Amino acid sequence: MGLTAQSVRLESLKDIYEIEKKDKQYIIALAGNPNTGKSTVFNYLTGLNQHTGNWPGKTVVSARGQFKYNENEYIMVDLPGSYSLFTASKDEEVTRDFLCHGNYDAVVVVADATCLERNLNLAFQVSELTNRIILCINLIDEARKKNIIIDKEGLENELGIPLVLTSARSGQGMDELKNLIEKTAHKSTVDGAEELLYFNQDEEIREKISEDNYNYANRLKQKYVKEDINKLNRDKKIDDIITSKKFGIPIMLALLGLIFWITITGANMPSQILADILFVFQYKLDAAFISLGANDFIRGILVDGMYRSLAWVVSVMLPPMAIFFPLFTLFEDLGYLPRVAFNLDHMFKKAGAHGKMCLTMCMGFGCNAAGVIGCRIIDSPRERLIAIITNNLVPCNGRFPLIIVLSAAFFAFTGTFIDSIIPALFITLMVLMGVFATLTVSFLLSKTILKGIPSTFTLELPPYRAPQAGRIIYTSLLDRTIFVLSRAVIVAAPAGAATWLLANIYVDDMSILIHAANYLEPLGRAIGLDGFILIAFIAGFPANEIVIPVLLMAYMSTGSLTDFESISLLRQILLSNGWTALTAINVMLFSLLHWPCSTTLWTIKKETCSLKWTFAAFIIPTALAFLACFATATVYRLIL
Amino acid sequence: MKLVDVGVGKTVKVEQNSARDYLKERFLALGLTKGADVEVLRKGPKNNLTVYRIRGAMIALRNEESRLIEVL
Repeated sequence: MGLTAQSVRLESLKDIYEIEKKDKQYIIALAGNPNTGKSTVFNYLTGLNQHTGNWPGKTVVSARGQFKYNENEYIMVDLPGSYSLFTASKDEEVTRDFLCHGNYDAVVVVADATCLERNLNLAFQVSELTNRIILCINLIDEARKKNIIIDKEGLENELGIPLVLTSARSGQGMDELKNLIEKTAHKSTVDGAEELLYFNQDEEIREKISEDNYNYANRLKQKYVKEDINKLNRDKKIDDIITSKKFGIPIMLALLGLIFWITITGANMPSQILADILFVFQYKLDAAFISLGANDFIRGILVDGMYRSLAWVVSVMLPPMAIFFPLFTLFEDLGYLPRVAFNLDHMFKKAGAHGKMCLTMCMGFGCNAAGVIGCRIIDSPRERLIAIITNNLVPCNGRFPLIIVLSAAFFAFTGTFIDSIIPALFITLMVLMGVFATLTVSFLLSKTILKGIPSTFTLELPPYRAPQAGRIIYTSLLDRTIFVLSRAVIVAAPAGAATWLLANIYVDDMSILIHAANYLEPLGRAIGLDGFILIAFIAGFPANEIVIPVLLMAYMSTGSLTDFESISLLRQILLSNGWTALTAINVMLFSLLHWPCSTTLWTIKKETCSLKWTFAAFIIPTALAFLACFATATVYRLIL
Repeated sequence: MKLVDVGVGKTVKVEQNSARDYLKERFLALGLTKGADVEVLRKGPKNNLTVYRIRGAMIALRNEESRLIEVL
């Protein structure tokens, strides 16, 4: 899912084929079918934390890392998963081009021990390109669980290439792999068999080659791999329920609701504790500034502006995100996401969109910019554009907490158990609204400016794998914490300072902020919001995290409540500024639908290479947000 | 017979892959070559996707795609 801080960093956009290397440095490419655990092998060797997930297409750009072994340094390049060198979706192109033109010293082809027959095809193709190849049969622990036994010596002798059985998760066989990498990278000759593949552009010949390759793979499997049919049927039985016509979608919705419920319930207390700590510290900070004799202006910018918005972002955003993402990652590692894509494909097909859009939408939860890059897994340019333009309709890490906090503040009435259920339902409803909007926009786009029929679709349902729960929760929690904290420092603090300035510099008896809010007030009112809310959303263009802090600061600079000790005061602050249930709903809707943040837009520009489509990606959600809010406001006024 | 018409639970052999261009390559890459065994595992919601066991992997195809595979 690339739901990690690393994949969100913009440098990860670069795909480089020529890698600089020094003396005693060797470049090792990691290739393999999707979902064979390449990233796990990569992480084990390099000690890096490339995010792993149990679904094909998770790695869409190549990641790099290095390790030292016996005096030499090995630069590992983790290539996107690929079934063959001939298929050409955007992410597979990266793999093909690197394997054909890259300056690597050896290729490790990672194969799934539980699906060897299919995995060998790529190994055969790569072995035509180079003789510096190592076959790493990974997930050997999974294979053992399924009673699959591989005759390593037999297979190695027959194939004539170095082979190692590994379980990268537990580290089994990894020393042997390092050893093989060393030996292979130091080999002197490289077969220049590139022509063989490239001149055989003839479809018929290639079909014949594929057939031969696969028949050979099948023979090898018959000869050297023992399987247990009963165990093989385990996944089938689970899938008979998870992806059944009747229960597939209800189970999915129930799981989604459950995740949100756990998120809300679990986030309450840590949020309060964080807020208590951070705001006590604010008083200390305040006192320190006063005792140092700092003037009010400096103290205002630093404490009331920067520190306070930082504290808000941390206490409001961190707990829900640090709960939601580890949970989501657990499902991801289990292999559930492709099943979601499977269950929903008929809807995406009707909307003229690609079935894998489901997966890119899931990436959008983490960060829309990452989701936009993730759209590379979609082959057809038309559908990729649809997926890119609509990705923003999934609430990202910066907007999700706003929805969670507001639904908890406004739709928990009774103080009982129901209090946690209603907001959870509300959030589920909001996410479904996002999905609905995505499908509608996709439908309209594919009937108008992006005309066309849905392209072909093949989806692999990977075997379920028991996630390493402890490790996932730990790394995902850590990753999210670092992500949220760094965003708070980089974006929220400066935005807080800027907002404080605007709220405290006066022109004609009114602060600049109030001038601007008054100017936007009529527009805000028309769509059930107010001028301050619109300002907060505009201020949130660089990063959606700051919408709530900016809004609160703006309200507090004008309203009666000028300070707060706890999050429970949020509701009071908002109510005293004229909020109703409509305002809360519309702020959530607007947040869900409105324009993408600047980073996402920049990424869209980069991915589409087109100002026109970047503009479309801006204007379509924006128009949608205004329309939807106007509609709810109108209905609300008619009824009340 | 076309793969799309094969009932759930049956196993068939691929006779011909009449997809074109990109899809053909994808089919070949997945191992849908002549003589390959394909087991029909399950139909999904709205009968839109069908799950097949192809070369040991579970692959879901739409009817539009499975129509292009001739089987015996």
